[in-house]
Amino acid sequence: MKASSAFAPACGPTSYTAGVNSTPALRYHPVSVLLHWVLGLALIGLFAVGLYMTDLPFSPQRLKLYNWHKWAGVTLLALSAFRLIWRLTHRPPALPVAIESAMPGWQKLAHHATHHGLYLLFFAVPLLGWAYSSAAGFPIVLFGVLPLPDFVPVSEELAELIKPLHKLSAFAMMALVLLHVAGALKHQLVDRDGLIARMGFGRR
Amino acid sequence: MTFMRPVSFVLASALWLPLAAQAQQQLVPAQSEIGFVSRQMGVPVEGKFKTFSAQVAFDPAKPAASNIAFTVDTGSATLGVRETDVELPKPIWFNVAQFPKATFQSSSVKRVDASKFEVAGKLTIKGVSSDVVVPVTLAQSGTTTTATGSFPIKRLTFRIGEKEWSDTSMVADEVQVKFKIALTGVGKL
Repeated sequence: MKASSAFAPACGPTSYTAGVNSTPALRYHPVSVLLHWVLGLALIGLFAVGLYMTDLPFSPQRLKLYNWHKWAGVTLLALSAFRLIWRLTHRPPALPVAIESAMPGWQKLAHHATHHGLYLLFFAVPLLGWAYSSAAGFPIVLFGVLPLPDFVPVSEELAELIKPLHKLSAFAMMALVLLHVAGALKHQLVDRDGLIARMGFGRR
Repeated sequence: MTFMRPVSFVLASALWLPLAAQAQQQLVPAQSEIGFVSRQMGVPVEGKFKTFSAQVAFDPAKPAASNIAFTVDTGSATLGVRETDVELPKPIWFNVAQFPKATFQSSSVKRVDASKFEVAGKLTIKGVSSDVVVPVTLAQSGTTTTATGSFPIKRLTFRIGEKEWSDTSMVADEVQVKFKIALTGVGKL
Protein backbone atom coordinates (compact mmCIF):
# COMPACT_ATOMS: atom_id res chain seq x y z
CA MET A 1 0.00 0.00 0.00
CA LYS A 2 3.02 2.29 -0.32
CA ALA A 3 3.04 5.25 -2.69
CA SER A 4 5.76 7.73 -2.03
CA SER A 5 3.64 10.81 -2.53
CA ALA A 6 0.85 9.66 -0.22
CA PHE A 7 3.05 9.50 2.86
CA ALA A 8 5.16 12.56 2.07
CA PRO A 9 5.42 15.25 4.73
CA ALA A 10 2.67 17.88 4.57
CA CYS A 11 3.23 20.69 2.15
CA GLY A 12 1.23 23.17 4.16
CA PRO A 13 0.42 23.56 7.86
CA THR A 14 -2.84 21.62 7.76
CA SER A 15 -2.97 19.87 4.42
CA TYR A 16 -0.94 17.88 2.01
CA THR A 17 -0.85 17.67 -1.74
CA ALA A 18 -0.79 14.24 -3.22
CA GLY A 19 -1.17 12.29 -6.36
CA VAL A 20 -2.36 13.53 -9.68
CA ASN A 21 -5.19 15.59 -8.23
CA SER A 22 -3.60 18.39 -6.28
CA THR A 23 -6.69 18.87 -4.14
CA PRO A 24 -5.63 19.22 -0.50
CA ALA A 25 -7.07 16.37 1.65
CA LEU A 26 -7.06 16.87 5.38
CA ARG A 27 -6.01 13.96 7.56
CA TYR A 28 -8.11 12.38 10.25
CA HIS A 29 -7.39 13.44 13.80
CA PRO A 30 -4.41 11.49 15.24
CA VAL A 31 -6.63 9.83 17.85
CA SER A 32 -8.97 8.67 15.08
CA VAL A 33 -6.01 7.32 13.14
CA LEU A 34 -4.68 5.48 16.19
CA LEU A 35 -8.11 3.99 16.98
CA HIS A 36 -8.51 2.92 13.37
CA TRP A 37 -5.26 0.97 13.16
CA VAL A 38 -5.28 -0.46 16.68
CA LEU A 39 -8.88 -1.62 16.47
CA GLY A 40 -8.58 -2.75 12.85
CA LEU A 41 -5.60 -4.97 13.51
CA ALA A 42 -6.94 -6.17 16.87
CA LEU A 43 -10.29 -7.16 15.40
CA ILE A 44 -8.67 -9.08 12.56
CA GLY A 45 -6.41 -10.81 15.08
CA LEU A 46 -9.32 -11.65 17.34
CA PHE A 47 -11.25 -13.10 14.41
CA ALA A 48 -8.29 -15.33 13.62
CA VAL A 49 -8.08 -16.47 17.26
CA GLY A 50 -11.80 -17.20 17.19
CA LEU A 51 -11.44 -19.36 14.10
CA TYR A 52 -8.46 -21.23 15.55
CA MET A 53 -9.81 -21.80 19.04
CA THR A 54 -13.12 -23.33 17.98
CA ASP A 55 -11.23 -26.09 16.20
CA LEU A 56 -9.14 -27.05 19.21
CA PRO A 57 -9.88 -30.26 21.08
CA PHE A 58 -11.15 -29.95 24.64
CA SER A 59 -8.06 -28.97 26.64
CA PRO A 60 -6.70 -26.37 29.06
CA GLN A 61 -5.25 -24.51 26.01
CA ARG A 62 -8.72 -24.21 24.56
CA LEU A 63 -10.12 -22.94 27.86
CA LYS A 64 -7.31 -20.38 28.08
CA LEU A 65 -7.82 -19.14 24.50
CA TYR A 66 -11.58 -18.91 24.91
CA ASN A 67 -11.14 -16.72 27.99
CA TRP A 68 -8.49 -14.52 26.35
CA HIS A 69 -10.76 -14.15 23.33
CA LYS A 70 -13.60 -12.99 25.58
CA TRP A 71 -11.39 -10.61 27.58
CA ALA A 72 -10.03 -9.09 24.37
CA GLY A 73 -13.54 -8.92 22.88
CA VAL A 74 -14.93 -7.01 25.84
CA THR A 75 -11.92 -4.68 25.89
CA LEU A 76 -12.37 -3.95 22.17
CA LEU A 77 -16.07 -3.37 22.79
CA ALA A 78 -15.18 -0.70 25.33
CA LEU A 79 -12.66 0.83 22.92
CA SER A 80 -15.26 0.79 20.15
CA ALA A 81 -17.66 2.65 22.41
CA PHE A 82 -14.99 5.26 23.03
CA ARG A 83 -14.30 5.35 19.29
CA LEU A 84 -17.98 5.92 18.50
CA ILE A 85 -18.22 8.79 20.95
CA TRP A 86 -15.02 10.24 19.52
CA ARG A 87 -16.37 9.88 16.00
CA LEU A 88 -19.64 11.59 16.90
CA THR A 89 -17.76 14.49 18.46
CA HIS A 90 -14.99 14.78 15.88
CA ARG A 91 -16.26 14.96 12.32
CA PRO A 92 -13.83 13.42 9.89
CA PRO A 93 -12.58 15.50 6.97
CA ALA A 94 -15.03 15.59 4.06
CA LEU A 95 -14.15 13.71 0.89
CA PRO A 96 -12.27 16.09 -1.38
CA VAL A 97 -14.59 17.45 -4.07
CA ALA A 98 -12.48 16.13 -6.92
CA ILE A 99 -12.42 12.62 -5.49
CA GLU A 100 -16.07 12.61 -4.59
CA SER A 101 -17.16 13.79 -8.03
CA ALA A 102 -15.06 11.06 -9.60
CA MET A 103 -16.95 8.37 -7.63
CA PRO A 104 -20.10 6.97 -9.24
CA GLY A 105 -23.26 6.90 -7.11
CA TRP A 106 -23.03 3.24 -6.21
CA GLN A 107 -19.48 3.70 -4.97
CA LYS A 108 -20.48 6.55 -2.68
CA LEU A 109 -23.26 4.33 -1.37
CA ALA A 110 -20.81 1.48 -0.81
CA HIS A 111 -18.46 3.90 0.96
CA HIS A 112 -21.12 4.95 3.45
CA ALA A 113 -22.72 1.53 3.79
CA THR A 114 -19.41 -0.19 4.52
CA HIS A 115 -18.45 2.25 7.23
CA HIS A 116 -21.88 2.28 8.84
CA GLY A 117 -22.00 -1.50 8.62
CA LEU A 118 -18.62 -1.80 10.30
CA TYR A 119 -19.65 0.45 13.18
CA LEU A 120 -22.80 -1.60 13.64
CA LEU A 121 -20.82 -4.83 13.72
CA PHE A 122 -18.17 -3.42 16.09
CA PHE A 123 -20.97 -3.63 18.66
CA ALA A 124 -23.10 -6.51 17.40
CA VAL A 125 -20.26 -9.05 17.26
CA PRO A 126 -18.92 -8.70 20.82
CA LEU A 127 -22.40 -8.25 22.31
CA LEU A 128 -23.54 -11.47 20.66
CA GLY A 129 -20.42 -13.20 21.91
CA TRP A 130 -21.02 -11.94 25.43
CA ALA A 131 -24.66 -13.05 25.30
CA TYR A 132 -23.68 -16.48 23.99
CA SER A 133 -21.18 -16.95 26.80
CA SER A 134 -23.76 -15.91 29.40
CA ALA A 135 -26.49 -18.11 27.97
CA ALA A 136 -24.13 -21.07 27.90
CA GLY A 137 -23.55 -20.67 31.64
CA PHE A 138 -20.06 -19.16 31.40
CA PRO A 139 -20.26 -15.63 32.79
CA ILE A 140 -17.37 -13.43 31.71
CA VAL A 141 -14.89 -12.63 34.45
CA LEU A 142 -12.66 -9.97 32.93
CA PHE A 143 -8.99 -10.89 33.26
CA GLY A 144 -10.12 -13.53 35.74
CA VAL A 145 -10.95 -10.93 38.41
CA LEU A 146 -13.81 -8.65 37.37
CA PRO A 147 -17.15 -10.44 36.98
CA LEU A 148 -19.28 -8.90 34.23
CA PRO A 149 -23.08 -9.07 34.37
CA ASP A 150 -25.09 -11.55 32.34
CA PHE A 151 -27.66 -9.62 30.37
CA VAL A 152 -29.38 -12.76 29.16
CA PRO A 153 -30.53 -15.77 31.22
CA VAL A 154 -28.66 -19.07 31.34
CA SER A 155 -30.42 -21.24 28.81
CA GLU A 156 -29.11 -24.03 26.61
CA GLU A 157 -31.74 -23.24 23.96
CA LEU A 158 -30.81 -19.56 23.91
CA ALA A 159 -27.10 -20.43 23.70
CA GLU A 160 -27.75 -22.68 20.69
CA LEU A 161 -29.68 -19.83 19.07
CA ILE A 162 -27.03 -17.16 19.64
CA LYS A 163 -23.93 -19.21 18.82
CA PRO A 164 -24.29 -19.11 15.01
CA LEU A 165 -25.18 -15.40 15.17
CA HIS A 166 -21.87 -14.51 16.79
CA LYS A 167 -20.03 -16.47 14.11
CA LEU A 168 -22.12 -15.07 11.22
CA SER A 169 -21.77 -11.46 12.33
CA ALA A 170 -18.01 -11.92 12.79
CA PHE A 171 -17.72 -13.25 9.24
CA ALA A 172 -19.87 -10.35 8.01
CA MET A 173 -17.54 -7.92 9.73
CA MET A 174 -14.52 -9.52 8.07
CA ALA A 175 -16.29 -9.36 4.72
CA LEU A 176 -16.78 -5.63 5.22
CA VAL A 177 -13.16 -5.30 6.29
CA LEU A 178 -12.12 -6.91 2.99
CA LEU A 179 -14.44 -4.60 1.10
CA HIS A 180 -13.02 -1.64 3.01
CA VAL A 181 -9.43 -2.66 2.23
CA ALA A 182 -10.39 -3.24 -1.42
CA GLY A 183 -11.87 0.23 -1.57
CA ALA A 184 -8.76 1.77 -0.04
CA LEU A 185 -6.52 -0.09 -2.49
CA LYS A 186 -8.72 1.02 -5.34
CA HIS A 187 -8.20 4.66 -4.36
CA GLN A 188 -4.50 4.13 -3.91
CA LEU A 189 -3.59 1.94 -6.89
CA VAL A 190 -6.34 2.60 -9.44
CA ASP A 191 -7.44 6.18 -8.83
CA ARG A 192 -4.06 7.16 -7.48
CA ASP A 193 -5.74 9.95 -5.54
CA GLY A 194 -3.72 9.62 -2.33
CA LEU A 195 -6.93 9.41 -0.31
CA ILE A 196 -5.66 6.79 2.10
CA ALA A 197 -3.08 9.23 3.40
CA ARG A 198 -5.93 10.68 5.46
CA MET A 199 -5.62 7.64 7.67
CA GLY A 200 -1.83 7.70 7.84
CA PHE A 201 0.44 8.99 10.53
CA GLY A 202 2.20 12.28 10.11
CA ARG A 203 1.59 15.95 10.32
CA ARG A 204 -1.95 17.02 9.71
CA MET B 1 -70.08 -50.77 66.36
CA THR B 2 -68.85 -48.12 63.96
CA PHE B 3 -66.93 -46.26 66.65
CA MET B 4 -64.72 -49.31 67.06
CA ARG B 5 -63.16 -48.81 63.65
CA PRO B 6 -61.59 -45.41 64.36
CA VAL B 7 -60.58 -46.63 67.83
CA SER B 8 -58.92 -49.72 66.48
CA PHE B 9 -57.29 -47.62 63.82
CA VAL B 10 -55.82 -45.31 66.45
CA LEU B 11 -54.68 -48.28 68.55
CA ALA B 12 -53.10 -49.89 65.51
CA SER B 13 -51.32 -46.64 64.58
CA ALA B 14 -50.05 -46.26 68.14
CA LEU B 15 -48.27 -49.58 67.76
CA TRP B 16 -46.40 -48.16 64.78
CA LEU B 17 -45.38 -44.90 66.46
CA PRO B 18 -42.10 -45.97 68.06
CA LEU B 19 -41.13 -47.73 64.83
CA ALA B 20 -42.09 -44.69 62.73
CA ALA B 21 -39.30 -42.75 64.44
CA GLN B 22 -36.78 -45.16 62.93
CA ALA B 23 -38.58 -45.34 59.59
CA GLN B 24 -37.00 -44.23 56.37
CA GLN B 25 -37.85 -40.81 54.98
CA GLN B 26 -38.63 -40.53 51.30
CA LEU B 27 -36.72 -38.39 48.86
CA VAL B 28 -38.80 -36.14 46.59
CA PRO B 29 -36.55 -36.10 43.51
CA ALA B 30 -38.56 -33.45 41.65
CA GLN B 31 -37.86 -30.93 44.41
CA SER B 32 -34.28 -31.98 45.07
CA GLU B 33 -30.98 -30.96 43.58
CA ILE B 34 -27.35 -31.84 44.05
CA GLY B 35 -25.11 -29.35 42.29
CA PHE B 36 -21.62 -27.97 42.34
CA VAL B 37 -19.77 -24.80 41.38
CA SER B 38 -16.28 -24.96 39.94
CA ARG B 39 -14.08 -21.99 39.06
CA GLN B 40 -12.45 -21.95 35.64
CA MET B 41 -9.92 -19.13 35.36
CA GLY B 42 -12.04 -17.15 37.80
CA VAL B 43 -15.32 -17.95 36.06
CA PRO B 44 -17.90 -19.69 38.29
CA VAL B 45 -19.40 -22.58 36.35
CA GLU B 46 -22.46 -24.33 37.77
CA GLY B 47 -23.15 -27.99 37.29
CA LYS B 48 -25.35 -30.66 38.78
CA PHE B 49 -26.02 -34.38 39.00
CA LYS B 50 -29.35 -35.26 37.45
CA THR B 51 -29.65 -38.71 39.02
CA PHE B 52 -29.23 -39.55 42.67
CA SER B 53 -30.96 -41.45 45.44
CA ALA B 54 -31.09 -41.11 49.20
CA GLN B 55 -31.47 -43.49 52.11
CA VAL B 56 -32.40 -41.35 55.07
CA ALA B 57 -33.39 -42.51 58.55
CA PHE B 58 -33.53 -39.22 60.41
CA ASP B 59 -35.23 -38.27 63.68
CA PRO B 60 -34.88 -34.60 64.66
CA ALA B 61 -35.61 -35.57 68.27
CA LYS B 62 -32.79 -38.15 68.26
CA PRO B 63 -30.29 -36.97 65.69
CA ALA B 64 -27.49 -39.18 66.98
CA ALA B 65 -29.47 -42.27 66.02
CA SER B 66 -29.88 -41.07 62.46
CA ASN B 67 -28.37 -42.57 59.36
CA ILE B 68 -28.03 -40.61 56.13
CA ALA B 69 -26.70 -42.01 52.89
CA PHE B 70 -26.65 -40.74 49.31
CA THR B 71 -25.80 -42.40 46.04
CA VAL B 72 -25.09 -40.23 43.00
CA ASP B 73 -24.79 -41.38 39.38
CA THR B 74 -21.53 -39.80 38.26
CA GLY B 75 -22.64 -40.26 34.64
CA SER B 76 -25.48 -37.83 35.27
CA ALA B 77 -23.14 -34.87 35.77
CA THR B 78 -23.87 -31.91 33.52
CA LEU B 79 -22.53 -28.36 33.09
CA GLY B 80 -25.32 -27.48 30.68
CA VAL B 81 -23.02 -27.40 27.66
CA ARG B 82 -23.10 -30.46 25.46
CA GLU B 83 -19.51 -30.32 24.26
CA THR B 84 -18.23 -30.14 27.83
CA ASP B 85 -20.65 -32.76 29.17
CA VAL B 86 -19.26 -35.45 26.86
CA GLU B 87 -15.87 -34.98 28.52
CA LEU B 88 -17.04 -35.51 32.12
CA PRO B 89 -17.46 -39.31 31.96
CA LYS B 90 -13.91 -39.78 30.65
CA PRO B 91 -11.18 -41.34 32.84
CA ILE B 92 -9.46 -37.99 33.31
CA TRP B 93 -12.61 -36.61 34.98
CA PHE B 94 -15.21 -38.82 36.67
CA ASN B 95 -14.22 -42.10 34.97
CA VAL B 96 -17.83 -43.20 34.96
CA ALA B 97 -17.04 -46.60 33.43
CA GLN B 98 -14.99 -47.62 36.45
CA PHE B 99 -16.72 -45.54 39.13
CA PRO B 100 -20.38 -45.15 38.19
CA LYS B 101 -21.45 -44.07 41.68
CA ALA B 102 -20.33 -41.49 44.18
CA THR B 103 -21.55 -42.03 47.75
CA PHE B 104 -21.96 -40.26 51.03
CA GLN B 105 -22.37 -42.19 54.27
CA SER B 106 -22.97 -40.35 57.53
CA SER B 107 -21.10 -41.32 60.66
CA SER B 108 -22.66 -38.81 63.04
CA VAL B 109 -25.45 -36.26 63.10
CA LYS B 110 -25.41 -33.36 65.57
CA ARG B 111 -28.05 -30.76 66.22
CA VAL B 112 -26.66 -27.22 66.31
CA ASP B 113 -29.88 -25.26 66.86
CA ALA B 114 -33.57 -25.29 66.02
CA SER B 115 -33.06 -25.73 62.31
CA LYS B 116 -29.35 -26.41 61.87
CA PHE B 117 -27.59 -29.75 61.96
CA GLU B 118 -24.10 -30.99 61.33
CA VAL B 119 -23.66 -34.23 59.44
CA ALA B 120 -20.22 -35.80 59.51
CA GLY B 121 -19.47 -38.64 57.16
CA LYS B 122 -17.46 -40.18 54.37
CA LEU B 123 -17.62 -38.92 50.81
CA THR B 124 -16.42 -41.41 48.22
CA ILE B 125 -15.82 -40.32 44.61
CA LYS B 126 -13.77 -42.09 41.97
CA GLY B 127 -12.60 -44.67 44.48
CA VAL B 128 -11.25 -42.11 46.96
CA SER B 129 -12.85 -41.59 50.38
CA SER B 130 -12.57 -38.41 52.37
CA ASP B 131 -14.15 -37.24 55.60
CA VAL B 132 -16.44 -34.25 55.34
CA VAL B 133 -18.62 -32.27 57.72
CA VAL B 134 -21.77 -30.99 56.08
CA PRO B 135 -23.77 -28.12 57.61
CA VAL B 136 -27.47 -28.65 56.97
CA THR B 137 -30.37 -26.25 57.44
CA LEU B 138 -33.83 -27.76 57.63
CA ALA B 139 -37.10 -26.07 56.80
CA GLN B 140 -40.51 -27.70 57.12
CA SER B 141 -43.53 -26.83 55.03
CA GLY B 142 -46.52 -29.11 55.28
CA THR B 143 -45.38 -32.70 54.89
CA THR B 144 -42.14 -31.78 53.16
CA THR B 145 -38.86 -31.06 54.89
CA THR B 146 -36.17 -29.41 52.82
CA ALA B 147 -32.52 -29.76 53.74
CA THR B 148 -30.14 -27.24 52.22
CA GLY B 149 -26.47 -26.58 52.55
CA SER B 150 -23.14 -26.42 50.85
CA PHE B 151 -19.63 -27.54 51.57
CA PRO B 152 -16.30 -27.31 49.76
CA ILE B 153 -14.33 -30.26 48.47
CA LYS B 154 -10.93 -30.41 46.83
CA ARG B 155 -11.35 -32.00 43.44
CA LEU B 156 -7.72 -33.16 43.29
CA THR B 157 -8.29 -35.23 46.45
CA PHE B 158 -10.71 -37.27 44.38
CA ARG B 159 -8.53 -37.08 41.23
CA ILE B 160 -11.27 -35.28 39.34
CA GLY B 161 -9.41 -33.57 36.50
CA GLU B 162 -6.12 -35.42 36.15
CA LYS B 163 -2.95 -34.90 34.10
CA GLU B 164 -3.10 -31.61 32.19
CA TRP B 165 -6.33 -30.73 34.01
CA SER B 166 -4.70 -30.96 37.44
CA ASP B 167 -3.51 -27.38 36.82
CA THR B 168 -5.48 -25.44 39.40
CA SER B 169 -4.99 -22.12 37.62
CA MET B 170 -7.26 -23.54 34.90
CA VAL B 171 -9.84 -25.17 37.16
CA ALA B 172 -9.57 -24.34 40.85
CA ASP B 173 -9.01 -27.16 43.33
CA GLU B 174 -11.90 -26.07 45.52
CA VAL B 175 -15.34 -27.01 44.26
CA GLN B 176 -18.43 -25.97 46.19
CA VAL B 177 -21.02 -28.73 46.49
CA LYS B 178 -24.55 -27.40 46.99
CA PHE B 179 -27.66 -29.39 47.75
CA LYS B 180 -31.38 -28.96 48.27
CA ILE B 181 -32.95 -32.23 49.41
CA ALA B 182 -36.70 -32.53 49.82
CA LEU B 183 -37.92 -35.33 52.09
CA THR B 184 -41.27 -36.53 53.32
CA GLY B 185 -41.86 -38.34 56.57
CA VAL B 186 -39.54 -36.28 58.75
CA GLY B 187 -40.72 -35.76 62.33
CA LYS B 188 -41.46 -32.30 63.63
CA LEU B 189 -38.33 -30.17 64.13
